[in-house]
Amino acid sequence: MSIREGVAWLASTEWSIALHESQYAYAVIESIHVWALCLFVGFVVLLDLRLVGAIFRDVPISHMARRLLPWTKAGFAVMVVSGILLFYAIPLRTYLNIFFRMKAVLLILAGLNAFVFHQGIYATLSDRDVDVSPPRPARIAGMCSLVLWAAIVFSGRMIAYNWFDCGKPQPALISTLAGCTAADIDPYR
Amino acid sequence: MLLPLFQALENSAIGAAIRDSLWLFPVVEAFHLIGLAVIGGAILVVDFRLLGLGLRGHPVSRLARDLQPWVIGSLIVMVLTGVPLFLSEAIKCYYSFAFWTKMTALLLAILFTFTVRRSVSFAPDGRFSAASSRAVGVTSIALWSTVGWGGRWIGFS
Repeated sequence: MSIREGVAWLASTEWSIALHESQYAYAVIESIHVWALCLFVGFVVLLDLRLVGAIFRDVPISHMARRLLPWTKAGFAVMVVSGILLFYAIPLRTYLNIFFRMKAVLLILAGLNAFVFHQGIYATLSDRDVDVSPPRPARIAGMCSLVLWAAIVFSGRMIAYNWFDCGKPQPALISTLAGCTAADIDPYR
Repeated sequence: MLLPLFQALENSAIGAAIRDSLWLFPVVEAFHLIGLAVIGGAILVVDFRLLGLGLRGHPVSRLARDLQPWVIGSLIVMVLTGVPLFLSEAIKCYYSFAFWTKMTALLLAILFTFTVRRSVSFAPDGRFSAASSRAVGVTSIALWSTVGWGGRWIGFS
């Protein structure tokens, strides 16, 4: 079974259709997604602003990590669960959406950035993380994170719009990247 | 009484320009959402601290003062992006319960944030009781959450 067949099967399940057709469930889940965005992205932004030396310069980065990361992780969990449900409500159209694919790639990059920071850069901070501008790698990781998360929020919001849905007039490259087949592009061919 | 005003606002040049463009509304909306993340984090981290959660061990006043420019800055971004979004669909907003809920909550949230919450969060630790700090934190979270939910629901109406 290809990914596409799997997604098409997902779209045919009873709960997916119920979610898609519900009057309020989808809107409530999306509101939860947006609320958790404030917590999760909001706290990520605070950690990043600390890393670039813009705020809380007298709060050790290790304190920020220890005391804010549990909340950030909780916010991320809510983002993931509500995000999966939003995907589950509209599986195939989302799977074939260029902005969804862009968001997925950006999420992987943000994950890699966080991984590199926590596995490598973070360990070098312990002795010099108070009241000084953090070392260059930490500032770069913070900058990358800020840019990536802004782009993720941006592409996430764009998933709702259908300019580039399969079948809309558009460059062939976008159709290819979005995974549109010839039948998606012109069902009457 | 307000309807003619909202009709005039809908017909404003900015409102018309956003309606006529395919991508302007979504792009402005996306920046509104990025601003939301910043203001959300800057408000929540202080409210959490007032509730005794998160950045414990650091004076509330230091956190709150440090974040004040970010709260004001992101609020300005929210207004600068929110007003054009409103202008593009002012008449829809006039008839939207979510819109009026959001605006009422926003007015209360701003008043509360720059009066009561400001005095409590800028005061040295111990000046206000833990109970009143918690009450301020809860009220702030409730007000700002209503603003966010109301805003999201304008789009569903």
